[in-house]
Amino acid sequence: MVNEKSLTDRKMHYCPGCGHTLMHKIICDIIDELGIRERTIAVAPVGCAVIAYDYWNFDVTEAAHGRCPAVATGIKRVLPDKIVFTYQGDGDLAAIGTSEIIHAATRGENITVIFVNNGVYGMTGGQMAPTTMVGQKTATTQKGRKPERDGFPLKISEMLSVLPGVKYVERTALHNKPGVDKTRQALKKAFMMQMDNKGFSMVEVISACPTYGAKTIKEAYKKIDEEITKYYPLGVLKDTD
Amino acid sequence: MNKTLITGNEACGEGAIQADCRFYAGYPITPQNELTAYMSKRMDEENGVFIQAESEIAAINMVFGASGAGARAMTTSSSPGISLKQEGISYLAGCQLPAVIVNVMRGGPGLGNIAPSQADYFQATKGGGHGDYNMVVLAPASVQEMFDFTYEAFDIADKYSNPVMILSDGMIGQMMEPAVIVRERRTKDDGRGTKAWVLDGCKGRKKRVIRSLFLAEGVLEDWNKELQKKFDKMRKNEVRFEKYRAENAEIIIVAYGTSARIARASVDELRKNNKAVGLFRPISLWPYPYDALKKLDTGKTKFLVVEMSAGQMVEDVRLAIEDKKRIYFHGRMGGGVPEEADIVKLVKKILKDKKSKTKNQKHI
Repeated sequence: MVNEKSLTDRKMHYCPGCGHTLMHKIICDIIDELGIRERTIAVAPVGCAVIAYDYWNFDVTEAAHGRCPAVATGIKRVLPDKIVFTYQGDGDLAAIGTSEIIHAATRGENITVIFVNNGVYGMTGGQMAPTTMVGQKTATTQKGRKPERDGFPLKISEMLSVLPGVKYVERTALHNKPGVDKTRQALKKAFMMQMDNKGFSMVEVISACPTYGAKTIKEAYKKIDEEITKYYPLGVLKDTD
Repeated sequence: MNKTLITGNEACGEGAIQADCRFYAGYPITPQNELTAYMSKRMDEENGVFIQAESEIAAINMVFGASGAGARAMTTSSSPGISLKQEGISYLAGCQLPAVIVNVMRGGPGLGNIAPSQADYFQATKGGGHGDYNMVVLAPASVQEMFDFTYEAFDIADKYSNPVMILSDGMIGQMMEPAVIVRERRTKDDGRGTKAWVLDGCKGRKKRVIRSLFLAEGVLEDWNKELQKKFDKMRKNEVRFEKYRAENAEIIIVAYGTSARIARASVDELRKNNKAVGLFRPISLWPYPYDALKKLDTGKTKFLVVEMSAGQMVEDVRLAIEDKKRIYFHGRMGGGVPEEADIVKLVKKILKDKKSKTKNQKHI
């Protein structure tokens, strides 16, 4: 079993161009590279990645919508020598689970949070997410997100960076090769910080939802490059290492 | 055994500690604050985990995680906070995870007040969260039982891999009484047994998944059938009740928790006056002791249900005793507590006049 891989051979259900497929692979690559598969416990979200556990060959628990950081807190406090990470979308982490993520962060829980931000609720049919761009059309903002009605997109990574309990936050994007490489590096660093008991680490990954965000995959990636990363700048937001 | 003068809330916490509960997450709410403070102190002493959570919702989900990782875990609250925990309780039951949840009930609905109440009976026993699930609900009527039942709740939770609720109230939680608060300590102090589903890393074994989501056709129905089999076993094995001076009784008072304590005093008073009155006290509110109650019915027996609610448990009494004409109800609401003298008066009236009606009393 030692040589087993973290990624199962189960065919993924994600739409073409969806960042989840790639992100699952990156996570599994890093876990294999660090040799931590047998001591990793993941917390799966509610959203498109709700059955992530079918694709991962390590211990996984489901969590109620938005509650991953609380569930991860419970696991990590009981088993501090295990590597515990949550995998959450923007609806899960930045809307219904805002309280849980902020407080797990400010408690400085020694967990890793993988925040996949695609700016929309994909699973339920493309509704506005807290991270949806101003002007972006969704099922619930059919003329585009209007701040006077719908408020502004939430910058969770910036918010968490100011908390003393937070040790590492980086935002990357999955729309091109350098972005994928950066994501790998960031994730590896986040896991290593947990392995060294440094504290709370989070990687926000800007990911495409070609199904609801754009007409084509290419257009979705272009939007990330030209619009989304202007509002959500890429790079390290906090690094205490 | 030496007795200690202690509050119900603290006795509850000590029962958990001695049952090897090593994970506690809670949030401040009256009238159970002594319990959270006690756990904060005791978890430090026992090298357990104490977390003051950001919300009741976070607390129950922390318990979910800790339980999945194999720890004996508990959260406690009072009525409004327990409402917030319902989502988590449903997930615990759906994922088949053990946990102990304590509700020190207060007056409702809404923010209500901080006085004792029994108005969360429906929520506790009929499934406050979504989906088909049940859990054993134990109702202590003394500080001693706060300790004993909490201690035993962890074994019941582990036995069935299911949440268990202690349904107490502000009176039992905050009063002090002498109680024996020492039980035999278990050998494994981390509370983890040989649970075959624990997530502790897949070293030397296949991966494990804790889930309640089953999308393929028929799979969730099968999962539910498995759950129902477990609930049937609980119905069979976990019925608890107490009968007090119930022999040859013309009237049986049915009450639990604080109401039962008060009713017991009324029974003593009435028996002094040669009134044939007894008490039936359900201890497990789920599973409800229907059969035991039915056995007390001669076909002429009258039943007076006393609750600190508008009438919730009375519905279970109606299920046990199908002749509604012989079931009477006396309830106090919004933090009101039944008076011993009122119950005495009421029983005397019922013995004399079938159609008697007093304040707060419904003739059913």
